[in-house]
Amino acid sequence: MAMPAEKPVAPALAPAPLVVDRVSLRYATEAGTVTAVDDVSFTIGRGERLALLGPSGCGKSTLLRAVGGFIKPASGEIRLHGAPVAGPGPDRMVVFQEFDQLLPWRTVSGNVEFALRRARGLSRKEAKVVAKDWIGRVGLAKFADAFPHTLSGGMKQRVAIARAFAVQPDILLMDEPFAALDALSRRRMQDELLGLCEETGATALFVTHAIDEAVHVGTRILVMTPHPGRVAAEYFVPEAARRRGSPQFAALEADIQSKIFGHPIAVESDDV
Amino acid sequence: MSDRTFDAQAVAIPRKPLALSSSARRAILLVGLAAIWEIYGRWLGNSLLLPTFTETLVALWTSTLDGELPNRVATSLMVLLTGYGIGIVVAALITALAALNRWGEDLLGLLTSMFNPLPAIALLPIALLWFGIGTGSLVFVIVHAVLWPLALACHAGFRAVPQTLRMAGRNMGLSGPAYVFGILVPAALPSILSGLRLGWAFAWRTLIAAEMVFGVSARSGGLGWFIYTNRAQLETANVFAGLLTVILIGLFVETVIFTTLTKLTVQRWGQEA
Repeated sequence: MAMPAEKPVAPALAPAPLVVDRVSLRYATEAGTVTAVDDVSFTIGRGERLALLGPSGCGKSTLLRAVGGFIKPASGEIRLHGAPVAGPGPDRMVVFQEFDQLLPWRTVSGNVEFALRRARGLSRKEAKVVAKDWIGRVGLAKFADAFPHTLSGGMKQRVAIARAFAVQPDILLMDEPFAALDALSRRRMQDELLGLCEETGATALFVTHAIDEAVHVGTRILVMTPHPGRVAAEYFVPEAARRRGSPQFAALEADIQSKIFGHPIAVESDDV
Repeated sequence: MSDRTFDAQAVAIPRKPLALSSSARRAILLVGLAAIWEIYGRWLGNSLLLPTFTETLVALWTSTLDGELPNRVATSLMVLLTGYGIGIVVAALITALAALNRWGEDLLGLLTSMFNPLPAIALLPIALLWFGIGTGSLVFVIVHAVLWPLALACHAGFRAVPQTLRMAGRNMGLSGPAYVFGILVPAALPSILSGLRLGWAFAWRTLIAAEMVFGVSARSGGLGWFIYTNRAQLETANVFAGLLTVILIGLFVETVIFTTLTKLTVQRWGQEA
């Protein structure tokens, strides 16, 4: 609700950057066709951070990959600024959960520079400057010349985040970026990510299975239920509820919890 | 209690007796082997059958000085590099075909399973029939020796590139050659390097063997031909000098060149296969 005051806000009539319009996603297995996502629609406005929340098997990651252009919808359409998404591209930079998303043969700054040169067409010199800035912002200035295999999981994710932000995509896609981290690093990374998003006014689609993460990072939450993946509920996260430990935070968390586990469709089998 | 544990730990780490580095151990072993060779050679006293180590060194030295051995080595290496180069190009083409579609992949699988067990040298009669006696036949068998292990390794390397890395590359807007050379090739480099190493070893052995078979009537032969003619002339010390050269070159390429290449790339990137 509350707009970040320091950034110029888009005119109210600007088209929603991302529209997911009645999208269904299916894939073939040996047992037959599985519907991962069934008839899901939503839009993400400029500066909004939409959290897709749900248990594993609800198709949230598949949906994010479809937005990323890696999977074609079986029906429905995904549009970015009005144009249908046809394939992967740097206007939708993805931060994956897996640590091997970095190029192991390039250093930390090499990874960010490569993305800048390829995706934004910067010269080597320009890329160096921008990369340095972003690596500093995620606190890895000392490790700019390190190769990824020498970094911890959290540091690798920081590099991936710096790379994604540096490219200045229309929308950031985050596929459970902190799921493979230990609890302490996860909390710190959530705070840092929130800080970067608020600072840049970034638009983001954030997939997670952790309720507290969705409440903390998202401005809006879509709760999904599995088999097939459908939207079960939508929540706006008020500014006050974003702070961990606040009564609003706890209330919202409890509300979503009951929604997920109290819902008749939410069966325990999560084997897809 | 804690004091005791501390003591126990101190005792548990005994001082090592002066440990030699592995290269020092190897040097000592080499000297030992050379000494055994020398002593046995002298005891045997028949330099037609087994020249002593020093006789071999002298032969190596003189044939190096008079330029014969270097010439032969140069001839062999020229042929080898030609075959190796063609082998790499063809392997790249076949792997690209295999990467493009299923038919190509099945074709590669079929061809490698058929030709990989076939020693390159067994193709020499056919090569002689097709290309006549000379460099052409040698290059043909070397290409065969390099091609299949290399194509197999490259293909396995490409297939093993993590899905996330592929998606990250396409996400950055890479496609076509930029994607292949920016993502797939460096990611598959550990496998490609081991394929190159294996291909080199096969090619080197095949070349020496092939040169012996028909170097007989070639005008200027390579290292294998040098070994063969010296045997025919009962210059056994020269035969041993030739064999020693084969070993030295093989060792140099396999340990110095490839090991350095590995250290500079995949080892530095933490990608060692």
